[in-house]
Amino acid sequence: MTITQVPLVDYLVLGDSPHLIANECTKCGARYFDRRNACASCFATDFKKVTIVNEGIVRSFTIVTFAAPGVPVPFVAAIIDCGGTSVRGNLANVEATPEKVTLGMKVKLTTYSLGADDNGLEAIGFGYEPA
Amino acid sequence: MATDDIYILGIYMTKFGKYPDKDTVDLASEAVIAALADAQVTMKDIGVMAAGCLMGQGGIGQMIQKQVGQTGIPVYNVSNACATGATALRTAIMAIKAGECDMGLAVGVEKLAGVGLLGGGGTPKSKNKEWTPQGRFGSVTNVDGLIGTAAMPGTFAQVGMEYGHKYGGATFELFAKISEKNHAHSTLNPLAAYTKRMSLDEIMNDIMISYPNTRPMCSANCDGAAAAVVVSGAKLKTLSLEQQRRAIKVSASILTSDPYQEACQVLPDVNTLTRIAAKQAYEQAGVSPSDLNLVELHDCFATAELVHYDNLMLCEEGGAVDFFNSGATWRDGSMPVNVSGGLESKGHPIAATGIANIWEVCHHLRGEAGPRQIEGAKVGLAHVIGLGSACGIHILEKSAL
Repeated sequence: MTITQVPLVDYLVLGDSPHLIANECTKCGARYFDRRNACASCFATDFKKVTIVNEGIVRSFTIVTFAAPGVPVPFVAAIIDCGGTSVRGNLANVEATPEKVTLGMKVKLTTYSLGADDNGLEAIGFGYEPA
Repeated sequence: MATDDIYILGIYMTKFGKYPDKDTVDLASEAVIAALADAQVTMKDIGVMAAGCLMGQGGIGQMIQKQVGQTGIPVYNVSNACATGATALRTAIMAIKAGECDMGLAVGVEKLAGVGLLGGGGTPKSKNKEWTPQGRFGSVTNVDGLIGTAAMPGTFAQVGMEYGHKYGGATFELFAKISEKNHAHSTLNPLAAYTKRMSLDEIMNDIMISYPNTRPMCSANCDGAAAAVVVSGAKLKTLSLEQQRRAIKVSASILTSDPYQEACQVLPDVNTLTRIAAKQAYEQAGVSPSDLNLVELHDCFATAELVHYDNLMLCEEGGAVDFFNSGATWRDGSMPVNVSGGLESKGHPIAATGIANIWEVCHHLRGEAGPRQIEGAKVGLAHVIGLGSACGIHILEKSAL
Protein backbone atom coordinates (compact mmCIF):
# COMPACT_ATOMS: atom_id res chain seq x y z
CA MET A 1 0.00 0.00 0.00
CA THR A 2 1.36 3.44 -0.90
CA ILE A 3 1.76 6.20 1.65
CA THR A 4 -1.15 8.62 1.41
CA GLN A 5 -0.38 10.91 4.34
CA VAL A 6 2.66 12.84 5.50
CA PRO A 7 3.03 14.80 8.76
CA LEU A 8 3.57 18.58 8.60
CA VAL A 9 6.78 18.08 10.56
CA ASP A 10 8.72 14.91 11.26
CA TYR A 11 8.13 15.14 15.03
CA LEU A 12 4.41 14.55 14.49
CA VAL A 13 3.64 10.83 14.47
CA LEU A 14 0.42 9.91 12.64
CA GLY A 15 -1.62 6.70 12.92
CA ASP A 16 -4.38 5.60 15.30
CA SER A 17 -3.17 7.81 18.15
CA PRO A 18 -1.31 10.83 16.77
CA HIS A 19 1.30 12.33 19.06
CA LEU A 20 4.52 14.32 19.08
CA ILE A 21 7.97 12.90 19.64
CA ALA A 22 11.19 14.60 20.72
CA ASN A 23 14.88 13.86 20.63
CA GLU A 24 15.85 13.42 24.26
CA CYS A 25 19.47 13.70 25.36
CA THR A 26 20.37 10.37 26.99
CA LYS A 27 22.75 12.17 29.36
CA CYS A 28 20.79 15.17 30.70
CA GLY A 29 17.24 14.63 29.43
CA ALA A 30 16.95 17.88 27.48
CA ARG A 31 14.33 17.55 24.73
CA TYR A 32 14.43 18.94 21.21
CA PHE A 33 12.12 18.80 18.22
CA ASP A 34 14.70 19.42 15.53
CA ARG A 35 17.43 17.26 14.00
CA ARG A 36 20.34 17.39 16.45
CA ASN A 37 24.09 17.68 16.22
CA ALA A 38 24.66 17.73 19.96
CA CYS A 39 22.90 18.71 23.18
CA ALA A 40 22.80 22.48 23.78
CA SER A 41 22.63 21.85 27.50
CA CYS A 42 25.34 19.25 28.18
CA PHE A 43 27.04 18.83 24.76
CA ALA A 44 26.46 15.06 24.61
CA THR A 45 25.64 13.52 21.23
CA ASP A 46 23.37 10.56 22.03
CA PHE A 47 19.62 11.00 21.76
CA LYS A 48 16.59 8.75 21.97
CA LYS A 49 13.06 9.29 20.67
CA VAL A 50 10.51 9.98 23.40
CA THR A 51 6.76 10.50 23.25
CA ILE A 52 5.34 13.85 24.33
CA VAL A 53 2.06 13.62 26.23
CA ASN A 54 -0.91 14.93 24.28
CA GLU A 55 -2.41 16.92 27.15
CA GLY A 56 -1.07 20.22 28.37
CA ILE A 57 -1.80 23.72 29.60
CA VAL A 58 -1.43 27.04 27.79
CA ARG A 59 1.60 28.75 29.28
CA SER A 60 1.53 31.68 26.90
CA PHE A 61 -0.35 32.77 23.81
CA THR A 62 -0.92 35.58 21.37
CA ILE A 63 -3.75 36.16 18.94
CA VAL A 64 -2.13 37.02 15.64
CA THR A 65 -4.27 39.38 13.59
CA PHE A 66 -1.52 40.75 11.33
CA ALA A 67 0.93 38.36 9.71
CA ALA A 68 3.25 37.91 6.75
CA PRO A 69 1.61 37.64 3.31
CA GLY A 70 0.10 34.20 2.77
CA VAL A 71 -0.39 33.51 6.49
CA PRO A 72 -4.16 33.41 7.22
CA VAL A 73 -5.30 35.38 10.28
CA PRO A 74 -6.52 35.40 12.94
CA PHE A 75 -4.91 32.47 14.66
CA VAL A 76 -3.85 31.74 18.21
CA ALA A 77 -0.16 30.94 18.61
CA ALA A 78 0.64 29.34 21.92
CA ILE A 79 3.25 27.70 24.07
CA ILE A 80 1.86 24.53 25.64
CA ASP A 81 3.34 22.90 28.72
CA CYS A 82 2.92 19.19 27.98
CA GLY A 83 3.90 17.45 31.18
CA GLY A 84 7.02 19.59 31.58
CA THR A 85 8.01 19.77 27.93
CA SER A 86 7.25 23.04 26.18
CA VAL A 87 5.66 22.77 22.75
CA ARG A 88 4.92 25.46 20.20
CA GLY A 89 1.60 25.15 18.43
CA ASN A 90 -1.60 26.85 17.35
CA LEU A 91 -4.79 26.50 19.31
CA ALA A 92 -7.59 24.81 17.36
CA ASN A 93 -11.36 24.63 17.68
CA VAL A 94 -11.57 27.73 19.86
CA GLU A 95 -12.64 31.26 18.99
CA ALA A 96 -9.56 33.47 18.59
CA THR A 97 -10.57 36.05 21.18
CA PRO A 98 -9.11 36.97 24.60
CA GLU A 99 -12.47 36.04 26.09
CA LYS A 100 -12.21 32.43 24.90
CA VAL A 101 -8.47 31.83 25.20
CA THR A 102 -6.95 32.07 28.66
CA LEU A 103 -3.59 31.47 30.27
CA GLY A 104 -3.51 28.14 32.06
CA MET A 105 -6.37 26.61 30.03
CA LYS A 106 -6.23 22.84 29.51
CA VAL A 107 -5.74 21.62 25.97
CA LYS A 108 -5.05 18.42 24.06
CA LEU A 109 -3.46 17.54 20.74
CA THR A 110 -5.58 17.36 17.64
CA THR A 111 -4.75 16.91 13.97
CA TYR A 112 -6.20 18.31 10.77
CA SER A 113 -5.68 18.05 7.02
CA LEU A 114 -3.64 20.59 5.10
CA GLY A 115 -4.90 19.14 1.83
CA ALA A 116 -3.31 16.98 -0.84
CA ASP A 117 -0.38 17.89 -3.06
CA ASP A 118 -0.23 17.39 -6.83
CA ASN A 119 0.60 13.71 -6.28
CA GLY A 120 -2.37 13.05 -4.01
CA LEU A 121 -0.28 13.01 -0.84
CA GLU A 122 -2.17 14.53 2.09
CA ALA A 123 -0.30 16.59 4.71
CA ILE A 124 -1.51 16.43 8.30
CA GLY A 125 -0.90 19.26 10.75
CA PHE A 126 -1.46 19.49 14.49
CA GLY A 127 -2.82 21.94 17.01
CA TYR A 128 -4.19 21.98 20.53
CA GLU A 129 -7.90 22.19 21.31
CA PRO A 130 -9.65 22.85 24.62
CA ALA A 131 -9.69 19.67 26.72
CA MET B 1 40.33 58.46 36.02
CA ALA B 2 42.02 55.08 35.91
CA THR B 3 44.18 54.48 32.85
CA ASP B 4 42.42 51.21 32.03
CA ASP B 5 38.93 52.69 32.18
CA ILE B 6 36.98 53.24 28.98
CA TYR B 7 35.16 56.48 28.18
CA ILE B 8 32.71 57.68 25.57
CA LEU B 9 34.45 60.72 24.15
CA GLY B 10 31.91 61.67 21.52
CA ILE B 11 28.50 60.37 20.53
CA TYR B 12 25.68 61.27 18.17
CA MET B 13 22.38 60.01 16.86
CA THR B 14 20.60 61.27 13.77
CA LYS B 15 16.97 62.18 14.05
CA PHE B 16 15.06 58.93 13.57
CA GLY B 17 12.42 58.98 10.87
CA LYS B 18 12.04 58.70 7.11
CA TYR B 19 14.90 59.62 4.79
CA PRO B 20 13.78 58.79 1.24
CA ASP B 21 16.71 60.74 -0.24
CA LYS B 22 19.49 59.34 1.95
CA ASP B 23 20.99 55.86 1.96
CA THR B 24 22.54 53.99 4.88
CA VAL B 25 26.00 55.34 4.05
CA ASP B 26 24.69 58.94 4.15
CA LEU B 27 23.03 58.42 7.52
CA ALA B 28 25.99 56.57 9.02
CA SER B 29 28.40 59.21 7.70
CA GLU B 30 26.34 61.97 9.30
CA ALA B 31 26.50 60.12 12.62
CA VAL B 32 30.25 59.40 12.36
CA ILE B 33 31.24 62.94 11.36
CA ALA B 34 29.13 64.40 14.17
CA ALA B 35 30.39 61.91 16.77
CA LEU B 36 34.00 62.75 15.82
CA ALA B 37 33.20 66.47 16.09
CA ASP B 38 31.54 65.88 19.46
CA ALA B 39 34.73 64.10 20.58
CA GLN B 40 36.91 66.86 19.07
CA VAL B 41 38.98 64.30 17.16
CA THR B 42 39.29 63.17 13.52
CA MET B 43 39.45 59.83 11.73
CA LYS B 44 43.23 60.13 12.04
CA ASP B 45 42.90 59.54 15.80
CA ILE B 46 40.78 56.41 15.41
CA GLY B 47 42.57 53.04 15.71
CA VAL B 48 39.66 50.65 15.20
CA MET B 49 36.20 50.79 13.70
CA ALA B 50 33.20 48.52 14.22
CA ALA B 51 30.08 48.94 12.13
CA GLY B 52 26.69 47.30 11.79
CA CYS B 53 23.76 47.40 9.39
CA LEU B 54 21.63 44.32 10.01
CA MET B 55 19.44 44.41 6.91
CA GLY B 56 22.15 45.73 4.62
CA GLN B 57 24.80 43.99 2.61
CA GLY B 58 28.21 43.22 4.08
CA GLY B 59 31.02 45.73 4.26
CA ILE B 60 29.08 48.72 5.63
CA GLY B 61 32.16 49.79 7.65
CA GLN B 62 34.35 50.13 4.56
CA MET B 63 31.54 51.86 2.66
CA ILE B 64 31.33 54.46 5.44
CA GLN B 65 35.13 54.85 5.49
CA LYS B 66 35.07 55.65 1.79
CA GLN B 67 32.91 58.69 2.67
CA VAL B 68 34.43 59.83 5.97
CA GLY B 69 38.07 58.77 5.89
CA GLN B 70 40.13 55.79 4.73
CA THR B 71 43.08 55.46 7.08
CA GLY B 72 43.80 51.75 6.81
CA ILE B 73 42.59 50.84 10.31
CA PRO B 74 40.90 47.48 10.96
CA VAL B 75 37.15 47.40 10.42
CA TYR B 76 34.88 44.86 12.08
CA ASN B 77 31.50 44.51 10.39
CA VAL B 78 29.25 43.07 13.06
CA SER B 79 25.79 41.51 12.98
CA ASN B 80 23.95 40.54 16.16
CA ALA B 81 20.25 41.11 15.53
CA CYS B 82 18.85 44.04 17.52
CA ALA B 83 22.01 44.06 19.65
CA THR B 84 24.16 44.93 16.62
CA GLY B 85 24.87 48.52 17.72
CA ALA B 86 25.82 47.49 21.25
CA THR B 87 27.98 44.73 19.77
CA ALA B 88 29.80 47.27 17.55
CA LEU B 89 30.44 49.49 20.54
CA ARG B 90 31.66 46.59 22.63
CA THR B 91 33.94 45.45 19.79
CA ALA B 92 35.66 48.86 19.78
CA ILE B 93 35.87 48.76 23.58
CA MET B 94 37.45 45.28 23.51
CA ALA B 95 40.10 46.43 21.06
CA ILE B 96 41.04 49.27 23.42
CA LYS B 97 40.94 46.94 26.45
CA ALA B 98 43.23 44.57 24.55
CA GLY B 99 45.72 47.40 24.11
CA GLU B 100 45.55 47.37 20.31
CA CYS B 101 44.75 51.10 20.15
CA ASP B 102 43.59 53.90 22.42
CA MET B 103 40.63 55.23 20.47
CA GLY B 104 37.85 53.48 18.56
CA LEU B 105 34.72 54.22 16.59
CA ALA B 106 31.42 52.34 16.57
CA VAL B 107 28.53 53.01 14.23
CA GLY B 108 25.15 51.43 13.58
CA VAL B 109 22.73 52.33 10.83
CA GLU B 110 19.49 51.00 9.39
CA LYS B 111 16.87 51.97 6.85
CA LEU B 112 13.58 50.41 7.87
CA ALA B 113 10.92 53.04 7.14
CA GLY B 114 7.95 51.30 5.56
CA VAL B 115 9.41 47.82 5.85
CA GLY B 116 6.43 46.47 7.79
CA LEU B 117 6.30 43.26 9.76
CA LEU B 118 9.64 41.69 10.70
CA GLY B 119 10.11 37.95 11.05
CA GLY B 120 7.90 35.15 9.91
CA GLY B 121 6.51 34.38 6.51
CA GLY B 122 8.64 32.69 3.90
CA THR B 123 8.32 31.62 0.32
CA PRO B 124 6.70 28.42 -0.89
CA LYS B 125 9.29 25.69 -1.20
CA SER B 126 8.44 24.75 -4.76
CA LYS B 127 6.32 26.00 -7.57
CA ASN B 128 4.41 22.77 -7.78
CA LYS B 129 2.50 21.79 -4.72
CA GLU B 130 4.45 18.87 -3.41
CA TRP B 131 4.68 17.88 0.25
CA THR B 132 8.39 17.11 0.69
CA PRO B 133 9.93 17.12 4.19
CA GLN B 134 12.78 19.62 4.37
CA GLY B 135 15.01 21.29 6.92
CA ARG B 136 15.80 20.58 10.55
CA PHE B 137 12.16 19.82 11.42
CA GLY B 138 11.35 17.88 8.27
CA SER B 139 8.53 20.32 7.51
CA VAL B 140 6.59 19.92 4.29
CA THR B 141 5.73 23.62 4.05
CA ASN B 142 6.47 26.95 5.72
CA VAL B 143 5.16 26.50 9.28
CA ASP B 144 4.79 30.19 10.27
CA GLY B 145 1.12 30.53 11.16
CA LEU B 146 0.63 26.76 11.28
CA ILE B 147 2.85 26.04 14.28
CA GLY B 148 2.73 29.28 16.22
CA THR B 149 4.17 32.54 14.98
CA ALA B 150 7.66 33.51 13.93
CA ALA B 151 6.84 37.22 13.55
CA MET B 152 8.24 39.61 16.14
CA PRO B 153 4.99 41.13 17.50
CA GLY B 154 3.59 37.70 18.38
CA THR B 155 6.87 36.36 19.69
CA PHE B 156 7.24 39.24 22.14
CA ALA B 157 3.53 39.17 22.94
CA GLN B 158 4.08 35.64 24.20
CA VAL B 159 7.09 36.79 26.22
CA GLY B 160 4.86 39.25 28.08
CA MET B 161 1.94 36.84 28.41
CA GLU B 162 4.25 34.19 29.83
CA TYR B 163 5.22 36.66 32.56
CA GLY B 164 1.52 37.14 33.22
CA HIS B 165 1.00 33.39 33.47
CA LYS B 166 3.84 33.14 35.97
CA TYR B 167 3.05 36.13 38.16
CA GLY B 168 -0.42 37.44 37.20
CA GLY B 169 -1.69 40.95 36.60
CA ALA B 170 -0.30 41.38 33.10
CA THR B 171 -3.46 42.54 31.33
CA PHE B 172 -3.93 44.12 27.91
CA GLU B 173 -4.59 47.42 29.69
CA LEU B 174 -1.38 47.19 31.70
CA PHE B 175 0.73 46.66 28.59
CA ALA B 176 -1.08 49.54 26.87
CA LYS B 177 -0.29 51.78 29.85
CA ILE B 178 3.41 51.05 29.40
CA SER B 179 3.07 52.21 25.81
CA GLU B 180 1.15 55.29 26.97
CA LYS B 181 4.13 56.22 29.16
CA ASN B 182 6.67 55.90 26.36
CA HIS B 183 4.57 57.85 23.88
CA ALA B 184 4.15 60.58 26.52
CA HIS B 185 7.93 60.65 27.05
CA SER B 186 8.55 60.99 23.31
CA THR B 187 6.88 64.40 23.17
CA LEU B 188 10.04 65.86 24.75
CA ASN B 189 12.44 64.17 22.30
CA PRO B 190 12.93 66.11 19.06
CA LEU B 191 14.93 63.22 17.57
CA ALA B 192 12.14 60.65 18.01
CA ALA B 193 10.39 59.34 14.90
CA TYR B 194 6.99 59.86 16.53
CA THR B 195 6.34 62.53 19.16
CA LYS B 196 2.58 62.30 19.48
CA ARG B 197 1.13 61.77 22.91
CA MET B 198 -1.43 58.96 22.76
CA SER B 199 -4.23 58.31 25.23
CA LEU B 200 -4.78 54.84 26.68
CA ASP B 201 -8.01 54.58 24.64
CA GLU B 202 -6.21 55.49 21.43
CA ILE B 203 -3.55 52.88 22.08
CA MET B 204 -6.00 50.11 23.01
CA ASN B 205 -8.31 50.85 20.09
CA ASP B 206 -5.61 51.12 17.45
CA ILE B 207 -5.05 48.26 15.00
CA MET B 208 -4.40 44.99 16.84
CA ILE B 209 -1.22 43.40 15.49
CA SER B 210 -0.73 40.48 17.82
CA TYR B 211 -2.76 40.46 21.03
CA PRO B 212 -2.03 42.16 23.36
CA ASN B 213 0.22 44.36 21.17
CA THR B 214 -1.61 46.98 19.11
CA ARG B 215 0.32 49.00 16.53
CA PRO B 216 1.53 51.82 18.85
CA MET B 217 2.74 49.12 21.26
CA CYS B 218 5.18 47.85 18.61
CA SER B 219 8.58 49.39 17.90
CA ALA B 220 8.45 51.87 15.05
CA ASN B 221 10.31 50.89 11.90
CA CYS B 222 12.27 53.93 10.76
CA ASP B 223 15.60 55.12 9.37
CA GLY B 224 18.46 56.31 11.53
CA ALA B 225 22.07 56.03 12.58
CA ALA B 226 24.14 56.50 15.71
CA ALA B 227 27.88 56.55 16.30
CA ALA B 228 30.23 56.76 19.27
CA VAL B 229 33.93 57.43 19.83
CA VAL B 230 35.45 55.51 22.72
CA VAL B 231 38.81 56.21 24.34
CA SER B 232 41.07 54.71 26.97
CA GLY B 233 41.47 56.45 30.31
CA ALA B 234 45.20 56.80 29.62
CA LYS B 235 44.57 58.62 26.35
CA LEU B 236 41.79 60.76 27.83
CA LYS B 237 44.26 62.10 30.42
CA THR B 238 46.26 63.63 27.55
CA LEU B 239 43.23 65.39 26.07
CA SER B 240 41.76 68.79 26.93
CA LEU B 241 39.87 69.50 30.15
CA GLU B 242 36.76 70.17 28.08
CA GLN B 243 37.03 66.70 26.51
CA GLN B 244 37.61 65.15 29.93
CA ARG B 245 34.64 66.99 31.43
CA ARG B 246 32.22 65.76 28.77
CA ALA B 247 33.61 62.21 28.65
CA ILE B 248 31.24 59.56 30.00
CA LYS B 249 32.70 56.58 31.82
CA VAL B 250 31.70 53.14 30.55
CA SER B 251 31.51 51.45 33.94
CA ALA B 252 30.30 48.18 32.47
CA SER B 253 30.15 46.73 28.98
CA ILE B 254 28.55 43.29 28.83
CA LEU B 255 27.36 41.03 26.06
CA THR B 256 25.67 37.67 26.66
CA SER B 257 23.92 34.98 24.62
CA ASP B 258 21.12 32.80 25.93
CA PRO B 259 22.20 29.84 28.03
CA TYR B 260 20.21 26.63 27.57
CA GLN B 261 16.90 26.57 29.42
CA GLU B 262 13.95 24.25 28.95
CA ALA B 263 11.72 25.85 26.27
CA CYS B 264 14.36 28.30 25.03
CA GLN B 265 14.30 26.68 21.59
CA VAL B 266 10.49 26.75 21.54
CA LEU B 267 9.93 30.38 22.59
CA PRO B 268 13.01 32.62 22.69
CA ASP B 269 14.06 33.18 26.29
CA VAL B 270 14.89 36.89 26.53
CA ASN B 271 14.91 36.76 30.32
CA THR B 272 17.80 34.56 31.42
CA LEU B 273 20.49 36.24 29.32
CA THR B 274 19.30 39.71 30.34
CA ARG B 275 19.33 38.76 34.01
CA ILE B 276 22.84 37.33 33.68
CA ALA B 277 24.07 40.38 31.76
CA ALA B 278 22.55 42.71 34.36
CA LYS B 279 24.17 40.85 37.22
CA GLN B 280 27.56 40.97 35.49
CA ALA B 281 27.10 44.66 34.64
CA TYR B 282 26.22 45.69 38.20
CA GLU B 283 29.21 43.75 39.51
CA GLN B 284 31.60 45.19 36.91
CA ALA B 285 30.39 48.74 37.54
CA GLY B 286 30.15 48.35 41.29
CA VAL B 287 26.68 49.84 41.31
CA SER B 288 23.29 48.49 42.29
CA PRO B 289 19.99 48.99 40.49
CA SER B 290 18.98 51.59 43.10
CA ASP B 291 21.96 53.74 42.05
CA LEU B 292 20.54 54.17 38.54
CA ASN B 293 19.06 57.55 37.66
CA LEU B 294 17.68 56.46 34.31
CA VAL B 295 17.34 53.33 32.19
CA GLU B 296 16.93 52.92 28.45
CA LEU B 297 15.72 49.35 27.95
CA HIS B 298 14.69 47.38 24.90
CA ASP B 299 10.95 48.00 24.60
CA CYS B 300 10.71 46.52 21.11
CA PHE B 301 7.13 45.83 22.21
CA ALA B 302 5.20 47.01 25.25
CA THR B 303 5.05 43.38 26.37
CA ALA B 304 8.86 43.27 26.44
CA GLU B 305 9.34 46.34 28.62
CA LEU B 306 7.45 44.72 31.48
CA VAL B 307 9.67 41.64 31.73
CA HIS B 308 12.87 43.69 31.58
CA TYR B 309 11.92 45.67 34.71
CA ASP B 310 12.30 42.32 36.39
CA ASN B 311 15.28 41.04 34.37
CA LEU B 312 17.28 44.21 35.05
CA MET B 313 16.36 43.86 38.73
CA LEU B 314 14.72 47.28 38.83
CA CYS B 315 12.04 45.60 40.96
CA GLU B 316 11.60 42.51 43.10
CA GLU B 317 11.45 39.23 41.19
CA GLY B 318 7.87 38.80 39.99
CA GLY B 319 7.02 42.38 40.93
CA ALA B 320 7.13 44.14 37.56
CA VAL B 321 3.37 44.79 37.39
CA ASP B 322 3.23 46.46 40.81
CA PHE B 323 6.46 48.31 40.03
CA PHE B 324 4.98 49.80 36.87
CA ASN B 325 1.67 50.58 38.54
CA SER B 326 3.54 52.52 41.24
CA GLY B 327 4.51 55.08 38.58
CA ALA B 328 8.22 54.44 39.15
CA THR B 329 9.13 54.23 35.47
CA TRP B 330 7.55 57.52 34.37
CA ARG B 331 10.09 60.32 33.91
CA ASP B 332 9.11 61.87 37.26
CA GLY B 333 9.21 58.49 39.03
CA SER B 334 11.93 56.88 41.11
CA MET B 335 13.37 54.90 38.16
CA PRO B 336 12.72 56.69 34.86
CA VAL B 337 12.63 54.16 32.01
CA ASN B 338 12.78 55.10 28.34
CA VAL B 339 12.56 58.86 28.74
CA SER B 340 13.60 59.01 25.07
CA GLY B 341 10.21 57.58 24.14
CA GLY B 342 11.67 54.12 23.70
CA LEU B 343 11.59 52.00 20.59
CA GLU B 344 7.79 52.34 20.46
CA SER B 345 7.97 56.06 19.62
CA LYS B 346 11.61 57.10 19.22
CA GLY B 347 11.85 54.28 16.68
CA HIS B 348 13.97 51.20 16.12
CA PRO B 349 16.40 51.40 13.19
CA ILE B 350 17.83 48.09 14.35
CA ALA B 351 21.62 48.43 14.21
CA ALA B 352 21.49 52.07 15.37
CA THR B 353 19.43 51.28 18.47
CA GLY B 354 22.25 49.86 20.62
CA ILE B 355 24.23 53.10 20.28
CA ALA B 356 21.26 55.48 20.23
CA ASN B 357 20.15 54.31 23.67
CA ILE B 358 23.65 55.03 24.97
CA TRP B 359 23.49 58.47 23.34
CA GLU B 360 20.29 59.13 25.29
CA VAL B 361 21.87 58.15 28.60
CA CYS B 362 25.06 60.16 27.86
CA HIS B 363 22.94 63.18 26.97
CA HIS B 364 21.42 63.18 30.47
CA LEU B 365 24.70 62.42 32.25
CA ARG B 366 26.27 65.39 30.46
CA GLY B 367 23.34 67.56 31.50
CA GLU B 368 22.60 68.36 27.86
CA ALA B 369 19.14 66.80 27.49
CA GLY B 370 17.23 70.09 27.54
CA PRO B 371 13.53 69.90 28.45
CA ARG B 372 13.65 66.14 29.02
CA GLN B 373 16.75 66.26 31.26
CA ILE B 374 16.59 63.96 34.27
CA GLU B 375 17.98 66.39 36.81
CA GLY B 376 21.20 65.42 38.50
CA ALA B 377 21.59 62.17 36.57
CA LYS B 378 24.90 60.50 37.46
CA VAL B 379 24.47 56.84 36.53
CA GLY B 380 22.46 55.27 33.73
CA LEU B 381 21.95 51.89 32.08
CA ALA B 382 21.35 51.03 28.43
CA HIS B 383 20.01 47.61 27.44
CA VAL B 384 19.31 45.89 24.13
CA ILE B 385 18.14 42.43 23.17
CA GLY B 386 18.68 40.86 19.80
CA LEU B 387 16.52 37.84 19.22
CA GLY B 388 18.31 34.56 18.87
CA SER B 389 19.58 35.85 21.33
CA ALA B 390 22.13 38.50 22.29
CA CYS B 391 21.90 40.95 25.17
CA GLY B 392 24.04 44.06 25.47
CA ILE B 393 24.14 46.11 28.67
CA HIS B 394 26.22 49.21 29.26
CA ILE B 395 26.35 51.13 32.53
CA LEU B 396 27.47 54.73 32.12
CA GLU B 397 28.64 57.29 34.65
CA LYS B 398 29.04 61.04 34.63
CA SER B 399 32.61 62.35 34.52
CA ALA B 400 34.09 63.05 37.93
CA LEU B 401 35.48 66.37 36.69
